[in-house]
Amino acid sequence: MAVLELANISKHFGAIQAVSDVSLALDAGQVVGLMGDNGAGKSTLVKMIAGNFRPSHGTMRLDGEELVLHRPVEARKYGIEIVYQDLALCNNLTAAANVFLGRELRRGLGPLRILDHKRMYKRAGEIFRELKSETRPRDLVKQMSGGQRQAVAIARTMLSEAKIVLMDEPTAAISVRQVAEVLNLIRELRDRGIAVILISHRMPDVFDVADRVIVMRRGRKVADKPIAASSPEEVTGLITGAIEQV
Amino acid sequence: MAATLERTIEHRQQTWPAALLASQTFWVLIAVIFACIFLSFATDSFATAKNLYNITRNVTFVAIIALGMTLVIITGGIDLSVGSVLCLCSMVLAVVMHAGYSIEVGIAASIGTALLIGAFNGVMIAYLGFPPFVITLGMLSIARSLAMVASNNTVVFQFGPDHDKLLALGGGAWFFGIANPVLYMVALALLTGFVLRWTKFGRYVFAIGGNEQAATLTGVPVRRIKVAVYMISALAAGVAGIIQTGWLGAVTTNIGAGMELQVIAAAVIGGANLAGGVGTASGALIGAALIEVIRNSLGLLGINAFWQGTFIGGATVLAVLFDRIRNFRQSE
Repeated sequence: MAVLELANISKHFGAIQAVSDVSLALDAGQVVGLMGDNGAGKSTLVKMIAGNFRPSHGTMRLDGEELVLHRPVEARKYGIEIVYQDLALCNNLTAAANVFLGRELRRGLGPLRILDHKRMYKRAGEIFRELKSETRPRDLVKQMSGGQRQAVAIARTMLSEAKIVLMDEPTAAISVRQVAEVLNLIRELRDRGIAVILISHRMPDVFDVADRVIVMRRGRKVADKPIAASSPEEVTGLITGAIEQV
Repeated sequence: MAATLERTIEHRQQTWPAALLASQTFWVLIAVIFACIFLSFATDSFATAKNLYNITRNVTFVAIIALGMTLVIITGGIDLSVGSVLCLCSMVLAVVMHAGYSIEVGIAASIGTALLIGAFNGVMIAYLGFPPFVITLGMLSIARSLAMVASNNTVVFQFGPDHDKLLALGGGAWFFGIANPVLYMVALALLTGFVLRWTKFGRYVFAIGGNEQAATLTGVPVRRIKVAVYMISALAAGVAGIIQTGWLGAVTTNIGAGMELQVIAAAVIGGANLAGGVGTASGALIGAALIEVIRNSLGLLGINAFWQGTFIGGATVLAVLFDRIRNFRQSE
């Protein structure tokens, strides 16, 4: 049963056709690597799922219901969480404050409700434990390593019952050891039955963690197959256009 | 492995004494206390009830505005219009009361003016994308000119039927001989501190200063918060204006001139970072206190008043210098 189905999705900005006629289905507990060169349309595609853009044509269905998003904040309500490339973290706040940003826990009544720091620290700690990440809820994000910052951004997606997590280049700017950490975080999400779309330029990461690979070129989907049935050479060929389509 | 993970997550990297020692506000407070102790011994007139009463009362006007300014600075903005807004709000109060209206009407008109100006600044900045520096610089000029228009550039010193009530509000000491303005300041500082630490609004103010883009993406109502913050800043200036009017018993069109710089200096000395994301209510008070103690002490020590600017400017630079040195150490 597919969590998310896209049917004949297109998007144009004026005369520029960014995405044309893409259909795909995403299953629960599956990691899909979305690959393609710069300008291939993968970011535009993901931004439509995230509610940043409305598709020009085509429909999106979430659990069989048609999905129409007007703003990124709405996506969250439907269980679609996004981990942005720059992670969207506030350096001056603690890890817990970042995890709960925009969804703070409060206690008390009516207009006198105050922030429940204790419960937020506790819950953030539990999530980091589940993610098996050595991240302290009370530390300021500015003191953290790249891997810990990723953990904070990913922990956000686990606050509510997320169905789909979109990750934009999570391994682009971090060290080798931290990449392994992030790939483990992605596996944790998958094991919880969450569907993950991983946008990445890094072939080894996609082949390491993904179950399926989708390749885009010039706004079109040119491949969609199980990772086991593909190879880095084939994907490279598809990205560059040496291989037309599979 | 699981045990070490558990311990790492539970471990607090910084205990509160360490955090205290690392805070600029704390060291400025120490400086204020040392200066006071030194002055008590060095001069006969510092530690007298009258002088302390004067100092605490003088601190309040800058401190109250610095509380609002601190919120603005935490969001990464600046409000240059506060001195002029103080003047305009005082003048509106004075003119309305002089015309024979009650003190309640006068204060309502004054507060309304402040909120209107703050809302204008905030909307221009948050919705039309004006740089805070530019729009509040414009307002600095506009508000003072409007004060001149409202009063025809005269001094107002008769406040109608509620004249005495107004003077008591600002000049009295209703509680254990502490000057009324000081009580207002303490109450407002506690309120500001509470809001920053315990409310969603306070959390969002910090988030906007830390990373505005991130705040927007996570669903923080960035624009509304910004408008609110500039309204609070103008409101603080208005409140200070009302109290100051009651204390001085007269309003001229040049009160509050250049005050914005003192207010910003107080916030910065107290630890607010003009780059945004950092600041405290207690810092605003302590910064204002240091400035006033410096001013007061120069007079008592018989140093020429022309040196005042040098000492206050020096204190501003010195306070931030400590912060810079700490940052250098951390980055190494």
